[in-house]
Amino acid sequence: MEDAKTRSRKELEHVIVRFAGDSGDGIQLTGKQFTRTTAIARNELNTLPDFPAEIRAPAGTLHGVSSFQIHFGREHIHTPGDKVDVLVAMNPAALKTNLRHLRDNAIIILNVDAFTEKNLRLAGYEKNPLETGELSAYQVYPIAITTYTLKALEDVELSHKEKERCKNFFALGVVYWLFDRPLEPTIEWIQAKFARNAVLAEANVRALKAGRNFAESTELFHSAFRVLPAEIPPGLYRNITGNEALVLGLISAGEKSGLSLYYASYPITPASDVLHMISLYKNFGVITFQAEDEISAIGSALGASFAGKIGVTATSGPGLSLKTEFVGLAVMMELPLVILDIQRAGPSTGMPTKTEQADLLMAMYGRHGEAPLPVVAACSPSDCFYAAYEAVQVALRFMTPVVVLSDGFLANGSEPWRIPDPNDLPPIQVKFAEPNGPFYPYQRDPVTLARNWAIPGTPGLEHRLGGLEKEDLTGNVSYDPENHDKMVRLRAEKIDRVRNFVAEPEIVGPEEGELLLVSWGSTHGTVLTVVEQLQKEGHAVSMYHLRWINPLPEKLGTYLKRFRRVVIPEINLGQLASLIRNKYLVDAIPFNRVRGLPLQVSELTEFVKSLLEE
Amino acid sequence: MEKKAQTLNAKKLTKQDFASDQEPRWCVGCGDYAILAQVKRVLPELGIPREKIVFVSGIGCSSRFPYYLNTYGLHTVHGRAPTVATGIKLANPDLSVWIVTGDGDGLSIGGNHLLHLFRRNLDVNVILFNNEIYGLTKGQFSPTSPLGKVTKSSPYGSVDAPLNPISFALGAGATFVARSIDRDTRHLAHILKRAAEHKGCSFIEVYQNCNIFNDGAFAELTSPETKLDHVLYLEHGQPLIFGKEKKRGLRLKGMNFEIVELHEEEDVGQLYLHNENDFNPAAAFLLAHLTDREDYPTPVGVFRRIQEPTYEYLVHDQIQRVTDQKGKGDLAQIYMSGDVWKVE
Repeated sequence: MEDAKTRSRKELEHVIVRFAGDSGDGIQLTGKQFTRTTAIARNELNTLPDFPAEIRAPAGTLHGVSSFQIHFGREHIHTPGDKVDVLVAMNPAALKTNLRHLRDNAIIILNVDAFTEKNLRLAGYEKNPLETGELSAYQVYPIAITTYTLKALEDVELSHKEKERCKNFFALGVVYWLFDRPLEPTIEWIQAKFARNAVLAEANVRALKAGRNFAESTELFHSAFRVLPAEIPPGLYRNITGNEALVLGLISAGEKSGLSLYYASYPITPASDVLHMISLYKNFGVITFQAEDEISAIGSALGASFAGKIGVTATSGPGLSLKTEFVGLAVMMELPLVILDIQRAGPSTGMPTKTEQADLLMAMYGRHGEAPLPVVAACSPSDCFYAAYEAVQVALRFMTPVVVLSDGFLANGSEPWRIPDPNDLPPIQVKFAEPNGPFYPYQRDPVTLARNWAIPGTPGLEHRLGGLEKEDLTGNVSYDPENHDKMVRLRAEKIDRVRNFVAEPEIVGPEEGELLLVSWGSTHGTVLTVVEQLQKEGHAVSMYHLRWINPLPEKLGTYLKRFRRVVIPEINLGQLASLIRNKYLVDAIPFNRVRGLPLQVSELTEFVKSLLEE
Repeated sequence: MEKKAQTLNAKKLTKQDFASDQEPRWCVGCGDYAILAQVKRVLPELGIPREKIVFVSGIGCSSRFPYYLNTYGLHTVHGRAPTVATGIKLANPDLSVWIVTGDGDGLSIGGNHLLHLFRRNLDVNVILFNNEIYGLTKGQFSPTSPLGKVTKSSPYGSVDAPLNPISFALGAGATFVARSIDRDTRHLAHILKRAAEHKGCSFIEVYQNCNIFNDGAFAELTSPETKLDHVLYLEHGQPLIFGKEKKRGLRLKGMNFEIVELHEEEDVGQLYLHNENDFNPAAAFLLAHLTDREDYPTPVGVFRRIQEPTYEYLVHDQIQRVTDQKGKGDLAQIYMSGDVWKVE
């Protein structure tokens, strides 16, 4: 590249960039394009989209700010990162809401055209922060992004407003130059996206190039950077969000089992994308049902399971509350059912677009009576694929509802996914009961304790299931005290045996030492980053990340005793910690931040270090 | 065994074939027994093999129903039987799916689901046992109890306006709407059969006597002395005539029905001819609301029966069309959707 000859670029191990602007500024799209180009440039990466719940919040206001953070580098990128190195702020509100995320001396690229009196007022600035000196701790680059975009598009046949909307590509062009990234992937994308509108395609491409050229020719920045490519296993890759991965995992399980999927849900943030995406795949024979409410969604999924399909429903916290009665019925009827809970900040409506891990105890115990079920938690966007797949395997094999826990961070976050060969996925075998000999609906497999799955349409196996307690073997209604005690224990024992079927997680680091971090779900990346760092510094720290939280892995009990301290970081007030303290009687130390955001590496590191120094 | 099962189904089934080994646990004298007996009588006449029939219920006295039939059956969650039935029917449209519910289960806690079931026109049959009282919880007023009803939870009389189930079903767009009475066994059997034969969502309100908590709620409609003067039998294409002597009829006046005394044979000519296939639901609504008017008879029979595409047909037809258009789904292909890049 030309500029590489004329000017040296500073090599960086990893960088955190955050795009922020009005929710109408195309910030998410800009972030996704930067992510794509970064992936093609073979960096490891992790992203954090953050957008308001309001569909179109008033322009220029603080609550209308949308942002997209990407952390990329050569290796060990497991989180979207803590402190931002480069902020692109498209208006004063975006600047104001994001300042607290910046590290000292961070680069701020501003659209100075948006710093009008009105926008400053809307953002709550009494004076223009560019003039008060309050940004002196940062390297500020005010650019007239709107003006330059309009100038670049002077002779294009578009309205003023349409031209103005291309400004995000100008900003993207500037950031591409800063990190020495090629424009081609984005240009190709624009041309495909606006294939039917050549003028718009041309305008966006011009804006992108204008941004890049502006940065290059004005020698605006004090320094430019380069992040070297990572060592990535060969193969085909794509970016995938957690919700996309859930859908692909479910469809794959449907194909592999030979049963078709029945997916029912009621729209709810952040689970709706699962419904949107799965509805596209009708040519896999998937039946999708947008139900009248959350209860109907799970009820119909359970009905479909009774009739021999894989019943699946997805929701988020408030929806899970509504579904609980049916989950209990599924436990009683011992039918396969998969319930995806894309957790969001609660209680009640809470913060729908923000992430949290506070549904764990609800997934474990949120039903009346003794109603145990397996709970699996995905640890990254692409892991959602395998979590969903495994959940179907377990639901079918053990004739049980299974809860899959994801969260807002995984659902919308994306990462490069090494595309598997469908033939490499483990097989899923299903055997419906057949009419030979006497039929007992609650006769159990001696290994799994799963009962028979006899589906309507099978002659001779007519039977009735219901919510009333079942007599062992026959399934007839029974109020017998000893039978109830037996059935309660049998249902629990069945779920316990799932442990023998699923893989045990591997410990990261030595099997004994000073301190063990036990984690679950989307905090995986943060905890792994902390552990890798501390291990590098020579601390005897290990990590045990739980995939199945019910049942817990066999080795957990042993590991807990082999470390002097146990720390459990969670985005809740200590739900896994209380499960573990209860079950293993260990004095596990909870580490909790409940801000609707992922845990930060720095604060967890600090906390662990303070314990190590004690 | 397979062969034996087939021969079993090839022979004509009887009502004994549909009895399960469970003893019904309803109160002695409950109207539910009469309904169960008619269902058992009608099922063998439908020519549907037993294994293809599924009964789904919610919670309540009526919802014990599936346990007493030797078909596939589910006793589910209070008010939610329509949701489970939707999943079953969509999963396997080949099944004959029946929902058994009550005035509390179907119209109170489960009113929402019934509404959506009707508007979607899923091809299932809903039998709603209306006894105008909560039985299993031992005697509270229900959404169909009349104003002023004194019950355990309304010791000074209920101030809740009652819901009209037929009007509700018509309003929600049910394509088959009918009413019958537990003690009118031949009529009930006839209506059950017609509901089963209807392709689309069938709704039957059955007036059912709860002899413990609301005895005699429908006595006027069932006692031999008063019955004919108070019941209007709806018959397609026939004039609306009622009364012991068949001397009274209904004609339209403005936006209402009015009673006509039939003195001469010609008087019949002015009566309204019942048309259950009328696409305009107005007359059916008028008939549904006759129960609001004093001195007017209570209609039983089919209020409305129209043909619309069924929900399960539309769902599966769409799957078929998308599959024809895109070809059968291929995992490798959808994994590769979006931007794919290769790392050497």
